[in-house]
Amino acid sequence: MKTYSIIDGSESSLKNFLKTLPGVDQVGAEARAAMLATRSIKNASKAFAIDLAISMVDLTTLEGADTPGKVRALCSKGLRPDPTDSTVPHVGAICVYNDMVGIARKHLDAIGGEEIPIAAVSTAFPSGRASLAVKIQDTEDAISSGAAEIDMVIDRGAFLSGRFGEVFEEIQIIRGICGDRAHLKVILETGELVTYDNVRKASYLAMLAGADFIKTSTGKVAPAATAPVVLVMLEAVRDFYEMTGTRIGVKPAGGIRNTKDAIKQLVLVNETAGPEWLTPTLFRIGASALLNDLLQQRMKMRDGRYASPNYVTID
Amino acid sequence: MATAKTPRIDVMKTYKLFINGQFPRSESGRVYEVKSGTTFIANPSQASRKDLRDAVVAARAAQPGWAKATAYNRGQILYRIAEVLEGRTAQFVEEICLLEKVTPAQAKLQVGTSIDRWVWYAGWADKIASVFGATNPVAGPYYNFTIPEPMGVVGILAPEKPSLLGLIDSLAPVLVSGNSAVLVASQSAPLPAISFSEVLATSDLPAGVCNILTGFKDELAPWMASHMDINAMDISGIAAKSQPALRVAGAHNLKRISSFTSVATPERITAFLEAKTVWHPIGV
Repeated sequence: MKTYSIIDGSESSLKNFLKTLPGVDQVGAEARAAMLATRSIKNASKAFAIDLAISMVDLTTLEGADTPGKVRALCSKGLRPDPTDSTVPHVGAICVYNDMVGIARKHLDAIGGEEIPIAAVSTAFPSGRASLAVKIQDTEDAISSGAAEIDMVIDRGAFLSGRFGEVFEEIQIIRGICGDRAHLKVILETGELVTYDNVRKASYLAMLAGADFIKTSTGKVAPAATAPVVLVMLEAVRDFYEMTGTRIGVKPAGGIRNTKDAIKQLVLVNETAGPEWLTPTLFRIGASALLNDLLQQRMKMRDGRYASPNYVTID
Repeated sequence: MATAKTPRIDVMKTYKLFINGQFPRSESGRVYEVKSGTTFIANPSQASRKDLRDAVVAARAAQPGWAKATAYNRGQILYRIAEVLEGRTAQFVEEICLLEKVTPAQAKLQVGTSIDRWVWYAGWADKIASVFGATNPVAGPYYNFTIPEPMGVVGILAPEKPSLLGLIDSLAPVLVSGNSAVLVASQSAPLPAISFSEVLATSDLPAGVCNILTGFKDELAPWMASHMDINAMDISGIAAKSQPALRVAGAHNLKRISSFTSVATPERITAFLEAKTVWHPIGV
């Protein structure tokens, strides 16, 4: 497990470090994110961006009404997003609830999608309101059923009341369980963190505790992955890389529904963290509806006519 | 407070598109010049293909709700449009005189005919199912019904002249059965269409059911014809020599493309209907 020399592991050193972080210039961050969203993208870049975005999608279904059938259909779609066009890349991962991990893994292996990892949401997703023992068991379960990526939620209540050490320790414990078996994505749930300063603090806290990815939201709380929030997180991973030499990934999730939004995210990544982050190993987009829009835009570019949702699958 | 001596500054109107119940400018920022002879009249928006795309998205989203409304309710809303239209007769007469080089009497006749035509189509709303539907005798213990249903999103290229009556003749039969519409107005005389969109916006017609674009038909028509999410088209407003290319472009999604010479005929309604056949067992 990776440790960083920035802090010595004690709560006081963590708090002291978080205090040294400068505040986020709210107006500046919003203006910069809005400015980057106005970039015009030429056709060749757009074609590249669409395929890159497809390969970065964590194709997600997190509904109470999920069934094994729906999860299997989702896995098939993740492997071959457009059954009529084999040049479409497969998605970055399939993201499901804990009890669906085994079903998804088995189905993907059966249809030749061995290289697509399964991400499981963990630690009493989406609220995170459960005892540590339950959260540990939740994570163990997911990994033993075949999850290679764990999307854990932080305890926002503890974070907001200033109990940073508690949040830090919890992430460390889950990190310990993941070990070499699974990637850890830490969900900050920025919609509940209220300020950009908190987003910056939580990003550093998660990275120091051993996160491989920091993720904006569960998708159950609005606002979710707004551009300024993603900008603040991208700045955090960039600065963290300069401090430690370790690249942490970023995953915006929630509210990214169309190609335009996805391309805006990619522009943010390129202009903030840098082109090194433009890979599925360091940037993912958590989404369900987005993939269909990407496919329709791809069809439009291929055929030269506007596409219809009738020609992509619903789930 | 202005006194009688201070001349008033005219408040000039910005002519915009009508998409999803709102009045946006073209996303391209373009406008084009409309003239009457050599006299400058207005700078309406010149819609781009992206405006067309946005209009189709709005029309697609609005269509199920409009089709689900009861036929009676649809008829009432369409009749309401005629009422509002009647109250704005003078404005339409003025615009038609300005752009079509006709006498006030001729313009007034066109507006009056347009309103009557609209009312005539509105009356069809609750009669479509009984006139064009059927119960079919079949050799088995079943009832068999044919139920007419709207096709979905219909693209309309409205005739150049008469600008208002032509628009109404192509739009009313599409909307009455529960289709939603994306209409490209007369290019040379677009003002009545723009004023008509203001009538629609104040008549309880749900947002997105009818979207009106102004601009160049030659630019928009191929994109409309090839759009995979438009189910049918009325291309009466396009010159006969340009129609075959549109029919070819529309073949990709088997778009039903019609061009009419008749006015005020049920044929214009049935052209945008599909028949659903339902089997129902007897005596169970």
